[in-house]
Amino acid sequence: MRAIGIILAGGNNHRMKELSQKRAVGAMPIAGSYRSIDFSLSNMSNSNIKKVAVFTQYNARSLNEHLSSSKWWDFGRKQGGLTVFTPAVTAENSTWYRGTADSIYQNLSFLKSSHEPYAVIASGDCVYKMDYNKLLEYHIQKKADITVVCKDMPQGTSIERFGTIKMNEESRIEEFEEKPIVAKSNTISCGIYVIRRRLLIEMIERCAQEDRYDFVKDVLIRYKDQKRIFGYKIKEYWKNIASVEDYFQTNMDFLKADIREYFFKSYPDIYSKVDDLPPAKYNVGSKVKNSLISSGCIINGEVENSVVFKKSFIGNNCVIKNSIILNDVYIGDNSYIENCIVESRDTIKANSYHKGEGEIKIVVERNDRYMI
Amino acid sequence: MIKKEMIAMLLAGGQGSRLGVLTSKVAKPAVAFGGKYRIIDFPLSNCINSGVDTVGVLTQYQPLRLNTHIGIGIPWDLDRNIGGVTVLPPYEKSAHSEWYTGTANAIYQNLAYMENYNPEYVLILSGDHIYKMDYEVMLDFHKLNGAECTIAVMQVPVEEASRFGIMITDENRRIVDFEEKPEKPRSNLASMGIYIFNWKTLKEALIRMADQPALDFGKHIIPYCHAQGAPLYAYEFNGYWKDVGTLSSYWEANMELIDIVPEFNLYEEYWKIYTKSEILPPQYLAATSVVERSIIGEGTDIYGKVYNSVIGCGVTIGEGTVIRDSIIMNNTVIGAGCELNKAIVAENVVIQDKVRLGVGEEVKNETHPHIYNQGLVCIGEKSVLPAGLTVGKNACIFGKTDKEDYQDLTLSSGKTLIKAGDE
Repeated sequence: MRAIGIILAGGNNHRMKELSQKRAVGAMPIAGSYRSIDFSLSNMSNSNIKKVAVFTQYNARSLNEHLSSSKWWDFGRKQGGLTVFTPAVTAENSTWYRGTADSIYQNLSFLKSSHEPYAVIASGDCVYKMDYNKLLEYHIQKKADITVVCKDMPQGTSIERFGTIKMNEESRIEEFEEKPIVAKSNTISCGIYVIRRRLLIEMIERCAQEDRYDFVKDVLIRYKDQKRIFGYKIKEYWKNIASVEDYFQTNMDFLKADIREYFFKSYPDIYSKVDDLPPAKYNVGSKVKNSLISSGCIINGEVENSVVFKKSFIGNNCVIKNSIILNDVYIGDNSYIENCIVESRDTIKANSYHKGEGEIKIVVERNDRYMI
Repeated sequence: MIKKEMIAMLLAGGQGSRLGVLTSKVAKPAVAFGGKYRIIDFPLSNCINSGVDTVGVLTQYQPLRLNTHIGIGIPWDLDRNIGGVTVLPPYEKSAHSEWYTGTANAIYQNLAYMENYNPEYVLILSGDHIYKMDYEVMLDFHKLNGAECTIAVMQVPVEEASRFGIMITDENRRIVDFEEKPEKPRSNLASMGIYIFNWKTLKEALIRMADQPALDFGKHIIPYCHAQGAPLYAYEFNGYWKDVGTLSSYWEANMELIDIVPEFNLYEEYWKIYTKSEILPPQYLAATSVVERSIIGEGTDIYGKVYNSVIGCGVTIGEGTVIRDSIIMNNTVIGAGCELNKAIVAENVVIQDKVRLGVGEEVKNETHPHIYNQGLVCIGEKSVLPAGLTVGKNACIFGKTDKEDYQDLTLSSGKTLIKAGDE
C-alpha cells in the first residue's frame, strides 16, 4: 500500500478510572487475548502498510512491553517496520507531547524521510476491522485533501464525547464539532484519517508555528472550509473504549456469536503478542456458561456471562457473573464477583464479595499471592 | 572461530508406526499433544531452557508438518545469528547417496553440520518423548566423571525392563555392560535415548563405523565406544518421562495432564514449554456447555459436554454432544448430538451430527491388534464421518468417508476402514 501508518496511542483517559492508571488506553486488554492497539496494528498489517509509527507517552510500560517485538504483526521487516516514538529531549525541544498534532510534529523527520505518498492515521483505542486500501481508493476518487472515517451511531447513544460530523450530499464535511454539548447529528468521527503525506507535513508545521497542538481541533476543524475534507462512512463494527461502560460493553460484545465470527473466524485475522501459555484447564466443580476463557487459565468454580483473560486462576466454589477478569488474576475460594472489572495481576482473598450495584465496579486488590 | 560448547542433534525422522493412522501423514514428532503442543516441542523447549541454542533437527519421514512447525525456530527463541535451529533432511551426494538408514547413520551424514560449530560436546535427542530435563545438569555430570559418553537412564519396573535397552553400572554409575531388550534383565536402568558424547569420540566412532548398515546408537556406536574402553556413564533421571510411542501410552500421557496437579505440570512458571501458537482468540463456552476435568486450547467453541478430555485449538463441539476420555486435535469440527468415548481424533476431522464413537463390545482389532487396543477409537486427520454413524471399540477410520462406505452406517468393534485418496 502506498501509505505509512500512524497510530496515536498516547493518551491517558480519566474516564477509564483506575484501569488506565497503570497503562495507556492502547494497551487495554480486549476480548480475552488482545490489547486494543492490536486492532489498528493488524488492520495496517493486513492492508499491506509496511511502515508504522506509534506515538505514545502516558505510562507506556504495558504498551512497550506489548510492542517489544514487531514480529507478531509481521512488521519485523527490512523494508518498513514498526517504530514506537515516546517524547524525547532534543536540542530543539524538551516538552511532552502537548497534543496529537504535536506528537507528530516532534517526530516529523519520520514523515519527511518516508517516501510513501499517503499517511493513514488511526488511534490505538478502537476495536474494528478495516481495509485501509478501500479508504484510500475513496480518498483518491473524491480528490479529497483529508478523508475522515465516520459512523452513524444509533439514536440514544451518548455521543457528546465524540467529534460529530455533518456532511453534504457529496459526503464533504460541512460541520465538525469536537465533543459538542448538544450534538447536531448522530454521525461521529472514528478517529481514522487518510491524508497526503506532504500535506500532513505542511499542516503540522503550520500548526506548530501557531502554537497549536491538536489534530482534530487545529487541523480538521480549523481547515474544514479551506480544505476538501470528506467523510467515509462505515457500517461495520466499530467501538471506542474510552469509558468504563464502553470498555465493559465492548468486551461483552465478544460473547455474541456474530461478533466472534467477524473478529476471530473471518479473514483477515487480528494478531497479538504470543504469550506461550498452556491450554485452559477445567477441574472438577468448574461450571462455565456463555463465557470466554483464555489460555493459561485454571477454572475450579462457576463462571457465567464473563470474559476471563489469560492466566487467571478461579478458586473452588467461586461465582463469577457478568464480569471481566483481566490477565493473571488470582481469585481465592468461595468468592463472589458480579458486575465487576477485576484489574490485572490482582490477588483476591478467599471468601471475598464484590458486586457492582447500578454501575460496573472496578476491583483493585493487591494481596500477597502464595501459589504452589 | 565459532565455538559452541554443546550442540544438540534431534532425531525426528521416524515414522512411529505404532501410532497407527496418527502418523500416516505426519512424522511422530509432529503429532499434536496436550491440546496445543506437538511432541517435538518438549525436546526443543528443553534445549533452549537448558541453554543449548544450536539444534539440528534430522527429518526424513513426512517432514512437511514438521518443517512448517519449526520454521526458523521463532517460538523457541531458536532464531539465532549463529546456531539456532536447522532442519537437516537427507540429501544427495556425488557418490553413495542414501536415506538415513539408522539413528547414527543420520548423524554421520551430518558431520559437516556439527563441524561448523566446533563443539566440545554433542547431545543426541529423540523427538518422541514427553519430559522436562535440564541437559546442562547432565552435562555437568558428564564433565565431572570425565566421561566420553553419558547415557540418560531411568529406573523402570523390572517386569517392563525387557522392553528397553538396559544399562548395568558399577557403584559410580560407570557403565560396565548393557543389554538390548533382554529377556532376563540384570538391572532396571533403562536408556532414555538421550546421549552426550565428546565430539571427538563421537566423530571417531561414526567414521570408523560408517560402513555398518543401519548404523544405530544403541546397537553399534555405544558397543563400539565400550569396546574401545571409553568411559561411559549412566545419568539417572528421576523426573517425569513418557514414551508416547504407542497409541495407548500416547492416550495415557494426555490423560495425565488433566489431573488437579499433574505429575507433568504445564502451568509452572519455571521451564516453560513453547510451541508455535497459530490461533489466539480465547475459547468460548456456550450456555449449553459442561466442561469438567479437561484442558482446552485457544479458539475452541464448546456447545456440548466434555469430560476428562484433552481438546486442541480451533475445535468446534456441537450442542448435545458428549465427549468422554478423548483426545481431539486442532481444527476438528464435531457436530451436534454426538457421543465420543475414548476416541483419539486427529486434526481437521469433520464428524457430522449424531455420530457415536467407541460404543459396544470390546473386540480385538482384526488387522492391527498391537496398535488399536485398550478400547480406543482412532480417527485419522482430515477424515470425514457421515451423520448417524456408529463406530465400535478398537476401531480405526481414515479418509473422507460417506454413508456408502458403511453397512447400516456402522463400523463394529475391531474393524479398520482406510479409504485411500489423494488428500
